[in-house]
Amino acid sequence: MSKKVAYYGIFAALSVLMGYVEAMIPVPLPIPGIKLGLSNVIVLLALYVMGTKEAFFISVIRVFISALLFRGFLGFWYSVAGAFLSYGIMVLAKKSGKMSIIGVSVLGGIFHNLGQIVVACLIIGRTVVFYLVPVLMVSGVVTGFAIGIVAGYCTQYMQNRI
Amino acid sequence: MKKWDVIIVLAVLAVAGSLYFSGLLRADTPGGVAVVYVDGVEITRLSLLKDTEYRVETEHGYNVVKVEDGKAEIIDADCRDKICTKHKAISLKNESIICLPHKVVVEIEGGNENTVDAVVQ
Repeated sequence: MSKKVAYYGIFAALSVLMGYVEAMIPVPLPIPGIKLGLSNVIVLLALYVMGTKEAFFISVIRVFISALLFRGFLGFWYSVAGAFLSYGIMVLAKKSGKMSIIGVSVLGGIFHNLGQIVVACLIIGRTVVFYLVPVLMVSGVVTGFAIGIVAGYCTQYMQNRI
Repeated sequence: MKKWDVIIVLAVLAVAGSLYFSGLLRADTPGGVAVVYVDGVEITRLSLLKDTEYRVETEHGYNVVKVEDGKAEIIDADCRDKICTKHKAISLKNESIICLPHKVVVEIEGGNENTVDAVVQ
């Protein structure tokens, strides 16, 4: 039990930290919404190594803490939509058993972006932002793929240790 | 990597590509307007959404402004150099066609930003 609590703490802290590290990496494209999604590595890891429920709580903690620390109120809604949509999709994708961690990560990346676009729409009150959908889908595939590979390597190490 | 990983990546890229090229999600903020000025005075405003032709009469001669497919151009004029008629059709915000001899200016207001050039503010 106490071991589990410690892992919760480590994972939550890591995912918040990843969000911070990511904020320091400049994005070479002038398109809002494109980002690496480093903290998704941690959520994926939690999903594969710890379990569905655990990954959910770590997601919740991450969203709240990083909203409080870095993003503010509006940023919070973007985070919530992105995080939970991508979490839900990743759980389903993993449950289906048809794809590896890379496919799960790609889907998570895409739906993270889609969730944020929907919120952007609601906040701005216009559907203009939908023109970003194709761009963000492609960026979701690319970053999701990279993140999936990283998370895949990590799970290999973690699996025997938890 | 499993088969489904590849399928998903390809499917998403296909969807994104078709969305992009179908123009379904184009950010065309309708409402671009071609404003016609003569000697600095606004004469008329032509919506770019509606195909029309408008004949501008000035004391020096006439220009015919044509709006088609969301673009405005001057198709005919009786000025001596006809530079305005050779100008390409305009559709982006702040683009303009100018006929110096007649002091006619057609300028786009609202609508899409020109994405090629940018002004650092």
